[in-house]
Amino acid sequence: MLELHDISKKFGDFSLDGISLEVKHGEYYVVLGMSGAGKSLLLEMIAGLVTPDNGTIIINGKDITRERIQNRRVGLVFQDHAIFPHLTVRENIAYGLHNRKITKEEIRRRTATLAQQMNIAMLLQRRPSTLSGGELQRVALARTLASDPMLLLLDEPLASLDVQIRSGLRRLLRQIHQNGQTIIHVTHDYEEAISLATRVAVLHEGKIVQSGTADEVFHRPQSEFVAHFIGIRNFFPAALTAVPGHTDGTATAVVNDTVRVTLLSGHPPRMGNIMIRGEDIVISRKKAVTSAVNNFEGTVTDIHPGIHGMELHIDAGIHLVAVITKQSLNDLEIKEGDTVWASFKASAVRFIES
Amino acid sequence: MIKTGRFHLLLTFLGGLLLLFIIAPLLGMFLSTTPQEFFTTAQDKEVTLSIWLTLWTAMMATLVSGIGAIPLAYLLARRDFRLKRFVLGLIDLPIVIPHTAAGIAVLGFISRNSVVGKAASLIGLNFVGHPAGIAVAMAFVSLPYLLNAARDGFSGVPLRLEQAALNLGTPPGRVFFTIALPLAWRNIVSGLIMMFARGMSEFGAVIIIAYHPMITPVLIYERFGAFGLKYARPVSVIFILVSLVFFIILRLLSKEKKNA
Repeated sequence: MLELHDISKKFGDFSLDGISLEVKHGEYYVVLGMSGAGKSLLLEMIAGLVTPDNGTIIINGKDITRERIQNRRVGLVFQDHAIFPHLTVRENIAYGLHNRKITKEEIRRRTATLAQQMNIAMLLQRRPSTLSGGELQRVALARTLASDPMLLLLDEPLASLDVQIRSGLRRLLRQIHQNGQTIIHVTHDYEEAISLATRVAVLHEGKIVQSGTADEVFHRPQSEFVAHFIGIRNFFPAALTAVPGHTDGTATAVVNDTVRVTLLSGHPPRMGNIMIRGEDIVISRKKAVTSAVNNFEGTVTDIHPGIHGMELHIDAGIHLVAVITKQSLNDLEIKEGDTVWASFKASAVRFIES
Repeated sequence: MIKTGRFHLLLTFLGGLLLLFIIAPLLGMFLSTTPQEFFTTAQDKEVTLSIWLTLWTAMMATLVSGIGAIPLAYLLARRDFRLKRFVLGLIDLPIVIPHTAAGIAVLGFISRNSVVGKAASLIGLNFVGHPAGIAVAMAFVSLPYLLNAARDGFSGVPLRLEQAALNLGTPPGRVFFTIALPLAWRNIVSGLIMMFARGMSEFGAVIIIAYHPMITPVLIYERFGAFGLKYARPVSVIFILVSLVFFIILRLLSKEKKNA
């Protein structure tokens, strides 16, 4: 339903360069990027607040690149909500309904229904200045949905909300999507993308570096940036080589032309990336005799807490990050500068062709 | 409590002197007007007529120019165009040019020999010596106050809110009347009050265009010239009181708007 063709824009500190993407009817499309990647700028161009320098925007087959804002039927929920401060919650929600030829009674009815859906029915008489961030976000959603947009654009809708409110809103967004609403949602938080997206595009330095279904992007990142961005610590470009004599299904991936990693693979020789979860790397003081075929000796360069445990950075010719518990770290008495062994099984290594 | 420093005392002293400078003359004038003088003057037909004339000409000047000033202020706040800086400078011009000179300029513009004057005389209107001419002179010198206040008001309305309204499918005209205007309203009202006040107190430009009918500032001047300070004083006191009452009413009205 929405197609962007080769959109470019320079705007202050932000720039977008040759953005092309296609969103199909009923999709929940998440654009993932760090702050400053130009995510909001992209939404503002689709909504018509900013005109692109180059490229075309097409909605349902119609070129809207230079269409007026008010004629686009693209509903944008701003990051700062942009709730009208001089109107009550009810008047805010009903605002867009007054543009249509419907009776006062019908406006009241639709406002009430939307308020019910967004779970803000008890706030209708309130002034915006008395609302919390999560409530403002719900009012903004209701107000935008009231104008019956063909496409709903969400700019960091869950940012700056605390965890509990966030999960409630996430449920609400999923519900809106299930009602058939096509959504584009921009965020810097890949966990939001995992929990909501049907398709994902990763925006980096003004370009889309990877896009696809959520599964494709999260399981087959195509670049180090994407891998790191979605929380994968061990991701290396590698050349898969067939080793003569290996008939047990193993193959060797060569990283940086020097480090050889053994993995299970039926692939013929080719270029690609290998990926190892930090939790799958076992750390020991001495070389241990285990079933792990990949054993690297290296120096500990950094130790710090991560989301799932302590993260241990090891320089072993390649930069490995192992995730271990605090208990193990204490038991092994590892500190920065120590020499340790990092081991992982061939089955822990995933090869992704590029 | 923190001890008050010497510097702070010095600031208070200097500031106090200045406040005294504003209060003392006014207070002196009020105190040296006897109740009897006050009431006789308040019943003087010439005085009351001139006050009514001043009030309604200033009011007309403000309201009529508001029709053009508010849209212009909105444009200046929202749009960038060539010569914008020039236009901004132009708006402030009436403040800086001497008001008698402004009066001469306006007179040339609306006198019987000018294009505007000829056009007006077709409908039987002669600006010179007419309340309409007084209003024109008042508007000329007091417009900047309304324009600047309204422009500040519109600039203070986040562009985001207007974009959000457009995004909901609202035509720009409705966005102006439902978002920009209500949110800038307080500034606009205070601009209207300032313009009204400035127009009411105008003397220099008005006297060039219309000595008669006499607005109060001209009447005060005439009484002072013909009879002296003692006769000019009660008129001044009454005029000041009337203005004060108006300001207090208008201020209260604009405050209520905010709380509504």
